[in-house]
Amino acid sequence: MPIGDHSSRVYDQELENMRSRVLQMGGLVESQIKVALDAFDAGDVAAAEQAIAADRRVNELELELDKLVNHVIARRQPTAGDLRMIMGVAKTITDIERSGDEASKIARAVIWLRDKDSSGRFNRIPDIRSSGEAALTMFRHALDAFARMDASAAAATIREDQAVDDRFRAILRQLVTYMMEDPRSITPSIDTVWIAKAIERIGDHAKNIAEHVIFIAQGEDVRHSSPEEVERTVARN
Amino acid sequence: MNSETAAATKARTKMTVRDLNFYYGKFHALKSINLDIAEKQVTAFIGPSGCGKSTLLRTFNRMFELYPDQRAQGAIEMDGDNLLTTKEDVALLRAKIGMVFQKPTPFPMSIYDNIAFGVKLFERLSRSEMDDRVEWALRKAALWNEAKDKLGQNGTSLSGGQQQRLCIARGIAVKPEVILFDEPCSALDPISTAKIEELIEELKADYTVAIVTHNMQQAARVSDYTAYMYLGELIEFGETDQIFIKPKRKETEDYITGRFG
Repeated sequence: MPIGDHSSRVYDQELENMRSRVLQMGGLVESQIKVALDAFDAGDVAAAEQAIAADRRVNELELELDKLVNHVIARRQPTAGDLRMIMGVAKTITDIERSGDEASKIARAVIWLRDKDSSGRFNRIPDIRSSGEAALTMFRHALDAFARMDASAAAATIREDQAVDDRFRAILRQLVTYMMEDPRSITPSIDTVWIAKAIERIGDHAKNIAEHVIFIAQGEDVRHSSPEEVERTVARN
Repeated sequence: MNSETAAATKARTKMTVRDLNFYYGKFHALKSINLDIAEKQVTAFIGPSGCGKSTLLRTFNRMFELYPDQRAQGAIEMDGDNLLTTKEDVALLRAKIGMVFQKPTPFPMSIYDNIAFGVKLFERLSRSEMDDRVEWALRKAALWNEAKDKLGQNGTSLSGGQQQRLCIARGIAVKPEVILFDEPCSALDPISTAKIEELIEELKADYTVAIVTHNMQQAARVSDYTAYMYLGELIEFGETDQIFIKPKRKETEDYITGRFG
């Protein structure tokens, strides 16, 4: 679905600007998530603070993009693919911004955890690491699908969410075991639950972004469908 | 949602256009047009200048017959009758299928007579019945409040928007089944345009409406179904929401998103 070729070149520029801002915002959040996850691995408070600080620029970009969306709707009365692009962008930036919030939550929990778990045992729960990597990869795939407006890549991204959800449940079981074994581990365990939950939410937001991409590219609303249904819909179009 | 099945099941068909071809002399202006006009719904025709949308509208009441060298082939069926070949008097046909033009065309006579004129051709009404009919038509056309105190004034003394509503009242007064609008707002300011659009929405309760417009947003605002035409062909026809959110044809998408190439 091309952005360009409008008779109005200014309109082309506005849409292109919108698209590149979304990717810029997505790139910022992607690195914010990565920094937060690395901070967790290393128990690195300075890195965690850096991830929290990054949220400011992400929020600014969200406001800028919202303004741009309003501007184009008011001035251009977008239709068809342009309309879907703008609706999709408006929703995508919400999911990107929330993913940034989740990264900040992870970073904040890293700081609390440092005070409560001097052993660093919780930072070494292997499932958190792999769950974080899976969610980050999924987020990256969703942004790639957005950049190329590739519905098939988006459908594949949606399928990845199951693995992220499964890992979250595995982490919960593991943490419940810790808490039952040793009540002193309850406080750090709960901090770790917040981290695992934030990771799982990033996966959900990436899934939402992938759904928006399918709507933009094909005009199909695939929310509330199973991954198999999504793949069938995408293949049909 | 599958828009084709929705379109097929929602409304009864009022007019059926089958294999319609139209010629201006040797120029082939409409090429095998097929579509159904839904009863008591608004169908909009959009497309660039010269695409044939006004030509198509003018075949519906055989307006083209006023000109030599213009001919239509195929069928336009309404209630089982082919309008192109029917033996029915063309004046009666045009009373059944009224038309409102781009520029308001009030007759150079009083507002009252503008409306009564057409009615007298088809019906013999008493003075009081005619008064009622004039008031009814002006009310339907949302002009009564502005015109009730000056029914004797010349129709041309009204503003452009009022004149256009007078023409609509004149069309309605003979109780048509279908009203055709050919660019009804292109000579009007935004407020008059909004009034006409509001009126079209109200007319839909009683009449089948077809409208040709250059203003795509107007088509999007007022119509239930939209037909996109290009170079004499019907490129895409569907529910208005479908056409403006998810058109099937790239040509339609390019036109409505402003990619004119």
